[in-house]
Amino acid sequence: MSNQEKLFKLLEDKARWVKKETFKIHKVASETRLASSLSAVEIFTVLYYGKLVRFNPKDIKSEARDRFIISKGHGAISFYPILADLGFFPKENLSKVCKEGCILGGIPDSVIPGFETINGSLGHGLGVACGIALALKRKKRKETVFVLMGDGELNEGSVWEAIMFAGEHKLDNLILIVDNNKACMLDFCKNIIDLSPLDKKFAVFRWRTKTVDGHNVKELYAGLKSFKESLGAKPKVLIADTVKGKGVPRLEVDPLSHIKNLRPEEAQSLIVDLE
Amino acid sequence: MENKVMRDVLIEQVYQRMRDNKNILFLCADFGSPKLDKLKNDFKDRFINVGIAEQNLINISTGFALEGFTVFAYAIAPFLTMRAYEQIRINLALHAQLKEINVNLVGVGAGLSYDVSGPTHHCLEDISIMRVLPNMEVFSPSDWMLAKGFLDYAIKVKKPKYIRLDGKPLPQIYNSVKDFKIEQGFSELRKGKKLCLVSTGIMTHKALQVAEILNKENIDIGVIDVFLIKPLNEKLFMKALEKYQAVLTLEEGFINNGGLDSLVLQLINREGAGVNFKNMGFAQRYVFEIGSRDYLHKLNKLDANSIIKNIKALLRRLKP
Repeated sequence: MSNQEKLFKLLEDKARWVKKETFKIHKVASETRLASSLSAVEIFTVLYYGKLVRFNPKDIKSEARDRFIISKGHGAISFYPILADLGFFPKENLSKVCKEGCILGGIPDSVIPGFETINGSLGHGLGVACGIALALKRKKRKETVFVLMGDGELNEGSVWEAIMFAGEHKLDNLILIVDNNKACMLDFCKNIIDLSPLDKKFAVFRWRTKTVDGHNVKELYAGLKSFKESLGAKPKVLIADTVKGKGVPRLEVDPLSHIKNLRPEEAQSLIVDLE
Repeated sequence: MENKVMRDVLIEQVYQRMRDNKNILFLCADFGSPKLDKLKNDFKDRFINVGIAEQNLINISTGFALEGFTVFAYAIAPFLTMRAYEQIRINLALHAQLKEINVNLVGVGAGLSYDVSGPTHHCLEDISIMRVLPNMEVFSPSDWMLAKGFLDYAIKVKKPKYIRLDGKPLPQIYNSVKDFKIEQGFSELRKGKKLCLVSTGIMTHKALQVAEILNKENIDIGVIDVFLIKPLNEKLFMKALEKYQAVLTLEEGFINNGGLDSLVLQLINREGAGVNFKNMGFAQRYVFEIGSRDYLHKLNKLDANSIIKNIKALLRRLKP
């Protein structure tokens, strides 16, 4: 196996493990947003195990870190196992999500090591990330700012203020990943505000765009790596086509998947399937 | 004593600090001042007009502050505070509990500064809504000397702050920056006998005017100018009020709703001070009438004569 093949094998194995851990978390904390977390599993996995987000586990606040802003905080429980695995906080926390005294709640904030900002209210992450990206440029630093946002979040007007700003200021150290899972809380996005063709909307605001299969680690890795390695005087958006509730057949087709929980035995059988 | 617009003085001061301190940044939401042109030209890298986008103004400011910059975010007061309120709450107030974040929100157009522009441009809610946010400081100067004196504090104290500036040129009250202590939050400008006026912003000018008129009738009233509304040094403030039997608050804002009046009344009640209390400001109604600020004050019974009437009524209620 070539090094590349080894990496993709590792990413696939890790993604499977992350998914299993996500079900375990949901099993103990049914109030967490499972469907929204499942669409982002491969994105989190590729960013961290693909070493695209640079960080120092011994000094997680180091100025030399890449900044990762998770604007869709609701769908971040699948990021918890990765952070625990990489040493951001003790693994014991994973079995206590949403329980008294645990640092891990249903929606993460920057009280949790590895999270940069306050999450939970949509439409804030991209603007803050633009400020960070421009600040890094003013400091002549080379780090990259990654942002993860859901497609439903694009309904927030403040997001478009930031999209305009990033294009105008040529923030080529900014990479936005849209978890294009095509569902809001009450319906599929296209039945609420149809934003297609999404890539063209970004392009007219002077962004570079690329669309990939958001559950395919090879496509995600190639897209993100090429974005990170080339500047090009434009902000970049990777539209990751995903399925909300991926891996749970009944959620994948449910327009209300965002607010659906699994019964513990249902979660258990999905965990067993992944073992 | 010179009349000046507070924002011009504040911008000049920021300019001076930016020369020595490369960490200071000035952002605006497409809002200017004659003094801003120089800053814009001399610090091209550290002046950013984000466009007519107050929400993004706060978010961009947050990003810079998280990277260690000291930010001044400048816009028209009602739009800065109310259009972008949730951005202020999430990205400044909440964040400030977890990390140092120095964003100074500079809002121009306190109260009825923009008199003829109508109720969208009036700003009668800001003291209440900004002071309700944990971790947020609120500064409401009455003259340009205070605005000048605030700069060192703004840079030193790494917290989000709302700076509520009047939009009109106002006379000087303080001779120099040595005449007040920002940290104390207030100054007793005039000592009186039985009754004290407690005011903020432009209303402090009216309070001084009224005190002068009454002085000619041999009635000595006190005047306290509250400028750092949050955090006010409550202990010293209550000590200053101790000698009075009556307090009348004056603010160019809605009353009975969390503004300066609520702050003072709450302290009086907490200390069981037992003084007679009355508040003056704007009732729960927006001002659609057109006219000068003085005219609008008169319509809303916030003119000197109405204040004097209220003072005399309060004094009559006191024990001899």
